[in-house]
Amino acid sequence: MEGLTALTDRQSIEFRVPKAAPPELRLQGKLTLSEAAALWDSTRKRVAAVAPGQTIHFDMSRVEAIDGGTMALLVHLRNDLKIRGVHSEFIGASGRVQDLVHLYHGDDAPIRRERRKPKSTLEQIGEGTLGVVHEVREVFGFFGALLLGVAGLLREPRTANWKEVPHLMERTGADAVPIVVLINFLVGFVMAFQGAAQLKQFGANIFVADLVGLSVTRELGPLMTAIIVCGRSGAAFAAEIGTMKVSEEIDALRTMGFGPYRYLVMPRALALFLVLPLLTLIADAVGIAGGLVVGLLSLDLTVVGYLSETRKAIATWDVFSGVLKSAVFAIAIALVSCQQGFATSGGAEGVGRRTTSSVVTILFALILLDALFTLFFHYFGL
Amino acid sequence: MNPIIQVRDLTMGFDESTLWENVSFDVGRGEVFAILGGSGCGKSTLLRCLVGLETPVAGDIAIAGIGRPNLDVGRPPFGVMFQSGALFGSMTVGENVALGLEEWTDLPPDAIRAVVLAKLRLVGLEGAANKFPSELSGGMKKRAGIARALALEPELIFLDEPSAGLDPVSAVELDELICTMNESFDLTVVIVTHELESIFKIAKRCIMLDREAKGIIAEGAPAKLRNESPDPRVRGFFNRLPGHS
Repeated sequence: MEGLTALTDRQSIEFRVPKAAPPELRLQGKLTLSEAAALWDSTRKRVAAVAPGQTIHFDMSRVEAIDGGTMALLVHLRNDLKIRGVHSEFIGASGRVQDLVHLYHGDDAPIRRERRKPKSTLEQIGEGTLGVVHEVREVFGFFGALLLGVAGLLREPRTANWKEVPHLMERTGADAVPIVVLINFLVGFVMAFQGAAQLKQFGANIFVADLVGLSVTRELGPLMTAIIVCGRSGAAFAAEIGTMKVSEEIDALRTMGFGPYRYLVMPRALALFLVLPLLTLIADAVGIAGGLVVGLLSLDLTVVGYLSETRKAIATWDVFSGVLKSAVFAIAIALVSCQQGFATSGGAEGVGRRTTSSVVTILFALILLDALFTLFFHYFGL
Repeated sequence: MNPIIQVRDLTMGFDESTLWENVSFDVGRGEVFAILGGSGCGKSTLLRCLVGLETPVAGDIAIAGIGRPNLDVGRPPFGVMFQSGALFGSMTVGENVALGLEEWTDLPPDAIRAVVLAKLRLVGLEGAANKFPSELSGGMKKRAGIARALALEPELIFLDEPSAGLDPVSAVELDELICTMNESFDLTVVIVTHELESIFKIAKRCIMLDREAKGIIAEGAPAKLRNESPDPRVRGFFNRLPGHS
């Protein structure tokens, strides 16, 4: 038999083994969750010594007060004892303490909880595969519905929300000009700087204009601009439509007779289709300007000389191919972001998840499309 | 009864589990009809099936003499108010109400404006036309949702939990509005709710769904069901007894 052990200023515990009666764990004082750590530790240590098949009583007769959290811990302890084959009971409780014992089912038979089994690797792979299949099915469903929307639109062009297009063009195009200008200027500047260091060694300073002009118009202008628009507008589209989905606004649109694909996707796709090529042309111009600044400052080139060399290096097709790419990028950004928006479920967390997913998917799609364009142009000698 | 809605042997489920099955009922023209039941019994899903937002596993629905609503074709013959109001956040309240009128009528803008203001006055939202939904209280959003649902003068309106989350005064005002619309315009109202005060005040007839029974356990006038139903689940629901529905 042990004596009384003080756990804190307000609570103590005593382990007793009465004659011809089961061992008792007598709890005393005011038991609160904020001071329960010592009680939990001490109680668990003492009941660990009780052998399977034996009984232990939790004597609550000297408990002045107990809160719900501490009661929940004691009930949990009973369940643990049951799993070990130890029978336990709360005894001596009265008044509010007894009410709490009852409220937390301390006077019921302990429940043997099934331990949650960790998922096997095979199960996780299976679930992941099903998730991918489900996602692919949703994407096909989206494009199927979109095609039906386009067919309906061709029959009744007025059913699309065309009046939203100018506003969307302003948001996705005009508002993006400053960041497109800044980023593409720096891209041209950095590329010229890096190229200049090499070309200087061969006295080929002027060819910096060729390097910058060709890479900006054919590759970096369209790609960097599409990446910027993906981060700004793609994410915004996915978040907007996702929020509309979880707040039943898409349902409301449908019950008012508005096809959400015609009403939401078409204007966005059209707006991006119109503005991204324009932004790309701006990007080409400022990218070349970035290279020009390096040419003037560190390569002793003249403005006329640099621009003349650029004009010689770039063919109309170089600029057009970049613009063509950007139009395809625009459609990819609009469709992927809207698809992710429509696939949103589960509230604010779902919106965040789909927004992230839309940006990642668009970036992947842009790089893939760019690679396909490069192969296509190379194959056809363009 | 001259039914505006006929539902026959409707079954619905998700992922191989049945939510309810063989649900059949009629809603008469000009009736306020309530779909009742506890949480998770599928009340809102039934409403979503009725308005065409969900496709039932089996069964038939006929609304206003036509079949199950096809939301992809034309203008649905009803209005819907969703639980949260579902107002379009990027539009003002006036623009929300005007949206259907702009799409489905040839009215000039000044006439649309007049109709919008009249509808907002009807639901007690004078002066809110230029406010955005984020500036409205929960009750005002629901009223604006009703104004939007009424904009095209439908003969049938669906309301999903109209008084849920409202303070008692706003809930009573909303109930009175529903009664007024029903009596003055002979509007048929199908309402999903579990608010007992609303049910007794506005519903002429109701059905009660039960999660365990996976279907309708009672149909009739609410007061009659409360007083005379032999089913303890029905009596328990109406008398607010724990453990029922």
